[in-house]
Amino acid sequence: MHIIDRRLNPGGKSLVNRQRFLRRARSAVQQAVRRSLSERSITDVDKEGQVTIPHEGIGEPTLRRSASGGNRERIFPGNQDFLEGDRIKRPQGGAGGGGSQAGEGDGEDGFRFVLSREEFLELFLDDLELPDLAKRKLTGEESFTLRRAGFTTAGSPANLSVPRTMQRALSRRIALQRPGRAELERVEAEIARLEALPPGERKRGELEALIAERERLLRRRALVAFIDPVDLRYRRFAPTPRPTAQAVMFCLMDVSGSMNEHMKDLAKRFFALLHLFLTRSYRTVELVFIHHTDRAAEVDEDTFFHSTVTGGTLVSTALEEMLSVVSARYNPEDWNIYVAQASDGDNLARDNEKTIAMLRERILPLCQYYAYIEVGSDTAALAAIPGMGPSDLWAAYEDVAAACPHFAMRKVHHRREIYPVLHELFRKRGLAEGAGA
Amino acid sequence: MAAVITRAEAPLFTGSEWDFPMIQRIYDAVERIALGELELEVYPNQIEVISAEQMLDAYSSTGMPLFYKHWSFGKQFVANEMLYRKGLRGLAYELVINSDPCISYIMQENSATMQTLVIAHAAFGHNHFFRNNYAFRQWTDAEGILPYLDFARNFIAACEERHGQQAVERVLDCAHALMHQGVHRHPRVRARDLAAEAAREAERERYRETIYDDLWRTLPTGPAAPLVQADERRRALNLPQENVLYFLEKTGPRLEPWQREILRIVRLIAQYFYPQRQTKVMNEGCATWCHYRIMTRLHETGQITDGAFLEFLQSHTGVVLQPNYDEPHFSGFNPYALGFGIMQDMARICTDPTEEDREWFPDFAGKGDVIGVLKDAWANYRDESFIAQFLSPRLIRHWRLFQVLDQEDASELEVAAIHDERGYRRIRRALARDHDLGRQEPDIQIVDVDLAGDRALVLEHLVGDGILLDQGDTRSVLQSLADLWGYEVRLHELDARDRRPLRTHTLKPRPLSA
Repeated sequence: MHIIDRRLNPGGKSLVNRQRFLRRARSAVQQAVRRSLSERSITDVDKEGQVTIPHEGIGEPTLRRSASGGNRERIFPGNQDFLEGDRIKRPQGGAGGGGSQAGEGDGEDGFRFVLSREEFLELFLDDLELPDLAKRKLTGEESFTLRRAGFTTAGSPANLSVPRTMQRALSRRIALQRPGRAELERVEAEIARLEALPPGERKRGELEALIAERERLLRRRALVAFIDPVDLRYRRFAPTPRPTAQAVMFCLMDVSGSMNEHMKDLAKRFFALLHLFLTRSYRTVELVFIHHTDRAAEVDEDTFFHSTVTGGTLVSTALEEMLSVVSARYNPEDWNIYVAQASDGDNLARDNEKTIAMLRERILPLCQYYAYIEVGSDTAALAAIPGMGPSDLWAAYEDVAAACPHFAMRKVHHRREIYPVLHELFRKRGLAEGAGA
Repeated sequence: MAAVITRAEAPLFTGSEWDFPMIQRIYDAVERIALGELELEVYPNQIEVISAEQMLDAYSSTGMPLFYKHWSFGKQFVANEMLYRKGLRGLAYELVINSDPCISYIMQENSATMQTLVIAHAAFGHNHFFRNNYAFRQWTDAEGILPYLDFARNFIAACEERHGQQAVERVLDCAHALMHQGVHRHPRVRARDLAAEAAREAERERYRETIYDDLWRTLPTGPAAPLVQADERRRALNLPQENVLYFLEKTGPRLEPWQREILRIVRLIAQYFYPQRQTKVMNEGCATWCHYRIMTRLHETGQITDGAFLEFLQSHTGVVLQPNYDEPHFSGFNPYALGFGIMQDMARICTDPTEEDREWFPDFAGKGDVIGVLKDAWANYRDESFIAQFLSPRLIRHWRLFQVLDQEDASELEVAAIHDERGYRRIRRALARDHDLGRQEPDIQIVDVDLAGDRALVLEHLVGDGILLDQGDTRSVLQSLADLWGYEVRLHELDARDRRPLRTHTLKPRPLSA
């Protein structure tokens, strides 16, 4: 008999099969990811989670007998009070004898399993048609920067630390009593002086002793190197996580009746993506949700995405609310402020001027970046309806955008158009070199 | 049991921790009882300790240590993984592979008691059954299975490299759909030696070619000619044939050689697992009976402590629990409970029979040779015949079995038999039929190929009890079959009594390499 310890064998034997399954179920899984996104909160987008997909496409059919019809006989255990010849009502819904077994598996409405964080993100980002490079940045590990971290005995010549090396050489030379140049010169001067004297005046053996001394000094200098390989010290650089700070992200959204579900879904994706990027750059990212009609209020995420409030549309109210939140909780000295605004472009005409003034004078100076997306219905993208000019808000914002580089605005009709909105932001932050290429 | 009880000086272990020397001591103690007292005959054992994660891996490749890659195993894996992670389902304590040497996986998380139980259950119970049961001896090659799986995995990987993963997956999908139709149910073609079988098949093919003479075709034919031609054609094609994959592999007109080989791999693996599906009740019953007896003996001889024995009993009773039909967690018969119950009852009949037992089981009632009787049953029966032979009236009363008839044209169900004098035989027969794979699976055969016309493949499903095939699944499977065959496929569902057509499925092929 052999006992074999297999515990240390590499696991993950099923990884390939798992990937193949995901690939096969890709479209279904993507649908499920899309669906589950609407249930997830923005901050949970990059968590692992359970998805349910329909059986079609991943079913494994076999030739089997139908679960209903025909003449069947079944044996059951646990007879309590039946006698031979008794008649029993057919159980509801279940065909066949007992019903409990006949419909096995049919009761489940789908195939459930858990996606890891990486898999979830990959599918989520794929849906947004992100360039690969940006994707890698998002799904990958934290970015690192090199920090000085003491000294090391090995390294590239470019990192040689001369002062440290010389220091060590010096202490070694002192410890090993390497004769210094001064000492040698003193002996040589003495020798020269004695040699200059007439031989009669010299003490006997003095010169010989000095010459021997010089020999010894020279030999010792040759033996104990001025700089030995053991002295070499190199500057050490350790990778440390990129310095992070805290950021706050304001989500502003128009929730008046004209915003439909499709538009809200687009807005949510945009917010989620922006949040995702920010969490890569900052260790803590706080979220503030402000929705507005002709009044604005700070709300929680659920209310933000799911409540409808009737009323007109005054964008400036949302900006005011945001400013009051900033002054109450987020000192611009300590916080990086990001603003993402989503709207269908409606605004009361008389409000535009006030909005722009507020933006220019008070808000844009505060924040790192202000992104405005104008969401449209799916069909509007197909035909830019002639006669319908840009919305009021759009026209008003265009001036701001021209003046301020950290103000971005885009029209979005479809999910795949969301990424380009953020594109500029990352290029500016150096996160997506060549991402648009 | 006539063995003398000599109490051990110290138990094999106390507490739940285990280490490798202890496993060895446990194994030796279990082996003494299994081989000495129970006289089991086993393949050499190989015990492998694995982690929970590796157990999950093993689960999803049908329990085999190596297997080819396919998405369906990944699907199983993600499902198992979720259930396990959420705590909805625990993992099996062990997995055992019908191979020589017999490999048993035991989990590192098991306590010392559980390791003892698992060794008794898998390394001796299952192992003895694999080695001795006729179905396994006839259909499986314990020595050749692991090398064959290795070959299969490499072959399929090589195919993927050469023909693309998609193309291979497509063939595998089709083959998997027909897996249950890929077994020989009767020992006509013996798969005893996997390596030599191909050579023999080629030889047969050569012989067939030498006796074939085209001249016969030119002979003048009488009025009965069309019928004779059809018979001739069927004979030449070895029809009717119930092994659909075998037929495709040998006869499929549009398959590439590598595609045939893949069909063959799937078919041979299906054949390897076929005995396990036929002997679920017996196999688990045998293993459970053995572990129960071995653990009891270990306890009697003082080799395991009372605490360990109680831990074992708790796990054991969970395993052999049979819920009643009206309890919420009822899901049919528990093969462990059924097998163990019948075997325990057989042991009782051997040693302590009642008058009724003597009447029902005159062959062995009161003969006392428990081990001999059980070993004979383990060797020579499968589930259906085992239940038909050994289910006793006492057990029928104990479980209070009853039979329910569900007639299609009746408005209500009828209780046809209960645990009384008139019902015993009927219940026993019906329960045996319930465990007969041949009756549980549809009776489908390839009956003809329309060689003169459009080469359509004609299949028949003989419907015995009015139960037709499931429509949706059947369409997908027949689609796979049509894809492999390359031409149209027709399946006629016929009433078994009068061959009255009930339903016909017709499917056109789609290109296999898309």
